[in-house]
Amino acid sequence: MKISRFFKTILMTDFLGGLFIAIKEIFKSKKTINYPFEKGKISPRYRGEHALRRYPNGEERCIACKLCEAVCPAQAITIDSTERSDGSRKTTRYDIDMMKCIYCGLCEESCPVDAIVQGPNFEFSTETREELYYTKEKLLDNGDRWENILAANIKTDNPYR
Amino acid sequence: MEYINIIFQEVYKILFLLVPVLVSVAMIVWLDRRVWAFVQKRQGPNVVGPFGLLQSVADALKYVFKEIIIPASSNKIIFILAPIITMTLALIAWAVIPFNETQVLADINVGILYIFAVSSLGVYGIIMGGWASNSKYPFLGAIRSAAQMVSYEVSIGIIIINVLLCVGSLNLNDIIIAQKNMWFVVPLFPMFVIFFISALAETNRPPFDLPEAEAELVAGYQTEYSGMMYAMFWLGEYANILLMCAMGSILFLGGWLSPIELYPFNLIPGAVWLILKILLLFILFALVKATVPRYRYDQLMRLGWKVFLPLSLTWVVLTASYLFYFNLLPTN
Repeated sequence: MKISRFFKTILMTDFLGGLFIAIKEIFKSKKTINYPFEKGKISPRYRGEHALRRYPNGEERCIACKLCEAVCPAQAITIDSTERSDGSRKTTRYDIDMMKCIYCGLCEESCPVDAIVQGPNFEFSTETREELYYTKEKLLDNGDRWENILAANIKTDNPYR
Repeated sequence: MEYINIIFQEVYKILFLLVPVLVSVAMIVWLDRRVWAFVQKRQGPNVVGPFGLLQSVADALKYVFKEIIIPASSNKIIFILAPIITMTLALIAWAVIPFNETQVLADINVGILYIFAVSSLGVYGIIMGGWASNSKYPFLGAIRSAAQMVSYEVSIGIIIINVLLCVGSLNLNDIIIAQKNMWFVVPLFPMFVIFFISALAETNRPPFDLPEAEAELVAGYQTEYSGMMYAMFWLGEYANILLMCAMGSILFLGGWLSPIELYPFNLIPGAVWLILKILLLFILFALVKATVPRYRYDQLMRLGWKVFLPLSLTWVVLTASYLFYFNLLPTN
């Protein structure tokens, strides 16, 4: 036992074995991607940046039911509403404090008309805090920009919810 | 007038050596990170320049623009002097490295002694930096580093004696020419292995990077340094690693000698062979860094004093008796 251990130490078999494994690993395929140039696959349920969607005719989906405001555990959502001239209830203010938000996805789940959704975008870092206080305009703008992907994601995920 | 001419000539020669060394230090940092990444199946730096080759240049630029913070309680002169000494000592040793039979800045007859002396002095830069910082982590790191470098210096010295016994000269070119028939790595293989491991310890590379063990000592003697001063420590460290690789290839791998004395290989200049051998050794350095975990401090000391020192001493006796018995001792 002791003699075999002595030879093992002198010949550095453990070390050489490790080195051999290291050399083998060099030629295997890489597990990482060149992030800013190529991106990993994102699930349709991914909870990224928020967006407010519209109906195809351009009407806002949001009916100011304030379910999302009520369910939000971080109390990041603030909604004011009023009755419009055609008698429908619409929001006058829909703010999300993106720094309070914990990206739990409960607002999206609670929404009866699929108005507030969380899209696949996760690259919305800013240089000031003020830029992260999202207003209704910003959210609607997000919705217009990502509508294709958002609609496709909701359709893909539909059987599971 | 004439001596000004001579001075200019010498400065020109020195620049001709130093600029490639500094550039290759930058490249070697890239190579080190890249090999490390590849072993861990990562991409490594690959954005700046072709294959990320200019990554070190970008890093250096970043360091230039950073603020140099000098702690209020530090000894300012020594604090500033420490990285300068580290880098200077790492670079002046290159003066005696021969790239060819004639291409050597200073062909002095005690070349190996000079390298050994300069690389031993390297510990001063580190201990000065650690002491002048006047802070506990740098101080502990510097003490560790001093103890470690002194310990492994001993066995490196004795390994060099082994080689010198076979050569009979302290001139680096003579050492290389003595390996014309057979590289010393063949008869002195155990010494080569011990030299390699000692070189790892000497240059504070993993698994012997205790002076800067980030888990215990933050960054060791570099903790209080920032900006260009930190970069100079860094450059000095990698220049030292390169120097150790060069020393290994000169002592054991035949320096600028071509491995095969045949027609197509003869045409390749000696400098290329030396660079290739240095690169080979450096890739081994990088692989070892990626493979092994860090040593404990007492294990490090035990390895240096209780394993390497007796082993290399025994090998000196063996080599000397072998050469004496078979009447092979070199005579000049």
